[in-house]
Parts: sequence; C-alpha cells; structure tokens
Amino acid sequence: MIPDELFFLYRDLAPALIRGAAVSVRLILPSAVLGFACGVLAGSCRVYGFSLLRWAAEAYVAVFRGFPLLVQLYIWYFGMPRLGLYLTPYEAAVLGFTLCSGAYHSEYIRGALLSIKRGQILAAQAIGMSRLQTLRHIILPQAVRRALPGCGNEWIYLIKYSSLAYMVTCIELTGEGKIVASSTFKYTEVFAAVGFVYLLFVTLATWILKGLEKRLTLPGFEFHRV
Amino acid sequence: MDFIPVLKEGLPYVFKGTWVTLVVVAGALAVGLSIGLPLAVGTVYGPRWLRRLIDLYVWFFRGVPLLVLLFLFYFGIFPFLGLDLSAFVVAVIVLGCISGAYQSQILRGAILSVPEGQMKAARAVGMSDLQAIGLIILPQALRLAIPGWSNEYAILLKDSAVTYALGVAEIMARAHHVASRTYQHLPIYISAGVLFMGLTYVGTRLLAVLHKKVRIKGYA
Amino acid sequence: METILQVREIRKRYGNKEIVKGVSLSVRRGEIKVLIGPSGAGKSTLLQMINFLVFPDDGDVFLEGRRIDPGRKRELCAYRQQVGMIFQEFNLFDHLTALGNVEIGLVRVKKMDKKAARLRAMAELERVGLGDHAGKYPAELSGGQKQRVSIARALALDPKVMLLDEPTSALDPELIGEVHAVIRELGASGMTMIMATHQISFARALAHEMIFMEDGRIVEQGPPDIILDEARCARTREFCAKIGELGGRP
Repeated sequence: MIPDELFFLYRDLAPALIRGAAVSVRLILPSAVLGFACGVLAGSCRVYGFSLLRWAAEAYVAVFRGFPLLVQLYIWYFGMPRLGLYLTPYEAAVLGFTLCSGAYHSEYIRGALLSIKRGQILAAQAIGMSRLQTLRHIILPQAVRRALPGCGNEWIYLIKYSSLAYMVTCIELTGEGKIVASSTFKYTEVFAAVGFVYLLFVTLATWILKGLEKRLTLPGFEFHRV
Repeated sequence: MDFIPVLKEGLPYVFKGTWVTLVVVAGALAVGLSIGLPLAVGTVYGPRWLRRLIDLYVWFFRGVPLLVLLFLFYFGIFPFLGLDLSAFVVAVIVLGCISGAYQSQILRGAILSVPEGQMKAARAVGMSDLQAIGLIILPQALRLAIPGWSNEYAILLKDSAVTYALGVAEIMARAHHVASRTYQHLPIYISAGVLFMGLTYVGTRLLAVLHKKVRIKGYA
Repeated sequence: METILQVREIRKRYGNKEIVKGVSLSVRRGEIKVLIGPSGAGKSTLLQMINFLVFPDDGDVFLEGRRIDPGRKRELCAYRQQVGMIFQEFNLFDHLTALGNVEIGLVRVKKMDKKAARLRAMAELERVGLGDHAGKYPAELSGGQKQRVSIARALALDPKVMLLDEPTSALDPELIGEVHAVIRELGASGMTMIMATHQISFARALAHEMIFMEDGRIVEQGPPDIILDEARCARTREFCAKIGELGGRP
C-alpha cells in the first residue's frame, strides 16, 4: 500500500504539481505587477484627474469590482472573439486578473493619496520642489506606506483567484491537479496536495509582505496587520 | 443586433438562476455566521490552545482557493466519508466554511471595539462571563459588524459564481449554458455581470437600511 | 539699504469674496516686518501669495528688482528656494527624519552632494538646538521641536527672505519660548523676515515695522511703538487694546 502511494506521488502527482505551480507563478507575477500599475493609474486619475478622466476611472472601478472575476474571465476568453479579439487562455487569464485586481488596488491607492495632507505638498513647493519631485520624494513614499496593507491583501487574493484560470482552460496548478485526480480518482489526496501548495504560496507571500512592512515602518507610519 | 432575440429568449432562463444564487449566498452567510461567531468569541476570550486551533482554521480556509476547496470536498472528502451530497449543498457548506473564517475576523474586530468597561459593568452586576458575552457584548458587537457583513455579502455573491464549476444551476452556470448554445457569449456574460452588480447593490442597500434600523441612539 | 522684496497691488478672490484687496509692501535687506490683525484679515493668504503657494489673481512680486513670473515653473522653483516659508502647522515631511527633512531640499532641489548636504543639514539642526534629535521622525518630536526643524529646513536653502505664518499659533504655551528664541536669533543675525503673529510683545521687541491688516487691506503701518501705543486709526487702537489685555504689553 505505502510503496504504491509513494509511487503515485513520485510518478504522477509531484511532476504535475511542479508543472502547474510554475504556470501559476507565471500567471500571478505579471498580473500582480500589471494590476498594481493599473491600480496606481486608476487611483491617481480618481484623485487628481480632470472630470472626464475621473469619471472614466470611477466607471472602470465600479464595473470591474462589480462583475464576478469568473464572469470577467469568460468575457475575455469566450466573449471577445466576437469583437475580433482572440486571446489564448493564458493571455485571457492575465488580462482578466490584471484589470480586476487593478480596480481593487485603485481603492487603496485612492485612499492613500487622499490621506496625504495638503500641508505636505505646500511644504514641498515652498522649498522649491517641482511637481515631479514632489510626487517622487514626498507623495509616493507616504502613499506607498499607506496603501501597502490593502494592496498586500489584494496580492494574496490574486494568488488564490489565479486558480480560476483553470476555468478558461489555462492549465495551472488547479488544472494539473484536476487532470491527475480525474485519471487516478484520488481526489482527496490530489486536492489536499494542491491546496497545500496554495497555502505555501499564500503563507510565503504573507511573510514577504510582513517583512516589507517591517522595513517600511516608520514612527507615524505603523502597520496593523491581523 | 442579431443577439436581441437570443437575449429575449435566453435571459429569463439566466435570471431564474438569481434564486439559486441568492439561496447559496444566504445559506453560506448563515453557515458562516454560525461558524464565525463561536470562533470570534473563542479568539477573544478563549484559552491559548483554542486560539491556536482557531488560527489554524482561519489560515486554512483563507489560504486555499475556493475552487480547490470545492473540488476537494465535492469529489474528495465527502464521498470518502460516504456522504452523497448534492453540488448545491457542498457549495453552501464550502462557501460557508470560508465565510466563517472571514466572519470570525469581522466579529473579532467588532467584539474588540466594544468598550472594555461594558464587560466590567456586566460582571459588576453579577453576570457570569457567558451571560456577559451573550447579553451585553454580542448585542453591541453584532450591530458593529453589519458593515463588515455587507462587504462579506458582496464577496460571497461574486464568489458564488465559481460554484458553477460543480454544476450548481446558479446565474453563471445558466449564462454559460445559454451562451454555448447560442454563441452569444459577450452579451450574455455582460448581462450576467450586470445582474450580479444589481444584486450587490440591492443587498448592500438593504443591509444599510438594517444597519440604520438597529442603530442605538447616540451609539457610534 | 536696498529693497529686497517688493509686493505690488496683490489681490486674491475666492468665489465672490475678496480675501486680499490690493496690498503693496516692500522689505529692505535685514528688515523685519510683522503682520498683525484679526483672524480672516488675509495675513496668511498674503504670505502664501508672496511665494505663490496661493496664486494671486492680480499684482506682482519682485525679488531684488526682478519680477517673478509664476507661470515659468523653473523660475518659480528657483524663486521659492530663495524665500523660506514657515507654516503654522509645521508641515514637516512625515516620512523623513528631522535630518532628512532638512537634507531633502539640499539634495533634491539644490543638487548638493550627499556628504556636503548632510554636514550642512546637521549644522542647521544644531543652530536651532536639535543636533541630538537628528534621527527622530516628526511623530517623535514635540510641536516646538517640529517648528524648529522646519526653520532649519528653510534656513538650509540660504533664503534671502523668510516668511513666517503664525509660527507659534499651533503650539502649547510652554513650547512657544523655544521657537521665539530661534526666531529672535535669526533676526539678530540679520535675516530679512515677514511674520504674521498674534504674540504682540514678542513682535514689539523684534519688529522694525508693524503692519496692521484688516479685511484684506493694510490699515496702518509704522514702527511698533507707534502702532501699538499711538495708532492713528481707531480700528488699530481697538485691536491693539484687545490684544494688550491678553498680556501684550511688556
């Protein structure tokens, strides 16, 4: 019995999980970076943009936070060909994750930008800083610290929601697991293992974020993570 | 505009999924509350070992993706235990377990924001700890937790679309069904998305009304 | 002595309320002018307009005879470096240490090299008596210490003029003294200053000229003893008498 199990683990499960985990990472990392960039852009537009831009950003956020992610993925993958846009499963997944998490990120970015007191900007101007210098040396360092806890949670959500890529036939960790499980009928073992890998990812990301918060913490800029 | 007749025919079928979606969400919220409430009380007032155990539960259900949990329980654990549960029931249980983890956090925050003096005063009038929690702390904490629930409802509503992976006949499953038969994916999924947005809006408004109704005068 | 800063017919309107109604003044090198007057008189707006933190609707500002064109960004930034500003609410950069606050203008705006900037910033902090608080963040400093750091931040850029907008209004009474001491020393060293304040006895001792402002206009100006004791205008007398009751007379 036991050698059999080990054999299964060694021959079927481990290679599939490693393959799948690699695809998951390739989904998560670009989506995390692009999503954050998208959030910074949308968040800045919502705070500093002129009326039309602000309105567009608000609409983007309302729609992409309002539609379930699965619906969004289906729109990109199954719906877009109708408009002549043919995306591979991988592309559709990254696009879907990016735009959806961008909408959530923008909430935290917006809050962070709004929390910066006007006096900070006045003081920067008073010592002769240009608009760009004020943004880079005063606003961003403060905004990043204020937005980090929220954005960090968003990245953790992204790790978990990356499993939905399987639904648009992008075979990542969950998909590889499903294939092995369906062919061996060892659903419990396989999905427990898959779940364990996600837990590993999430826990690792939490540690990294905690480390980052620790490095960025300053008197007056403390982080409170539960 | 060739999709209009298809929508006319297909959308009522999709919209009927609203009831399934809402029942899944309501069920999950209820299961989540009945798990989250004791967990929250446990984390605040419980002994160290219990807190550790609850942390483990929360870590697990917050760390594993919904889709993986659905597969794990529907195809794996429940059949392994000899339980033959329908996709619908599994969906409610799994979403409820996850929501329980999150609700425990919401309620923990709410309990901790009830002023400390309340507990002292309850003890001072001779209540047991359990009475104090049940009669004094929780009635205040549950009110404070309503905005958190409103958020939880919106999240569960969107997450419930994933239960389509097990074949639960909710909005998303029906939308996919109509779309793949008519090849009108784009308009149908957009309609489904708008429906979800509408349900989110209505639900959060209702909770806001509830929040106002149960508000205690002068209580922040 | 020659005029260093001149303001000519400067105006500002918010909505249909005119806050500053055509104010002109000029400051000579080494001169200290103090603005007094009730809240809402337009003192703060006037000061903020002098270095274009608030853009005037009309009027001109001249530094050493040159008109400043606030539309030209580069010129504006260069001008602001030469005019130090002290805010009522300190406005220290919350994410930087005391030293970082003083350094940042030198490194980023003046493009001084880091070592030289650090030495200079340290010297400025020592000048305001905060050498041993250099590593602290604003959240760890008292109000008086924050205001002294903000003075060091402005001084580090070698300003030709300092504008002080009620520098002690936001401070607890027991912390006002330390900030006044720094400002007094600054005056003794020959710094040109325009300061708005409600601290009349301090102003009387420091100012070469006092300007009484009310309702967006300069009502009266002259040597402090004249303004405070023998003002010609009834409104000035009334205001000074009220302030005097609060312990303004020495």
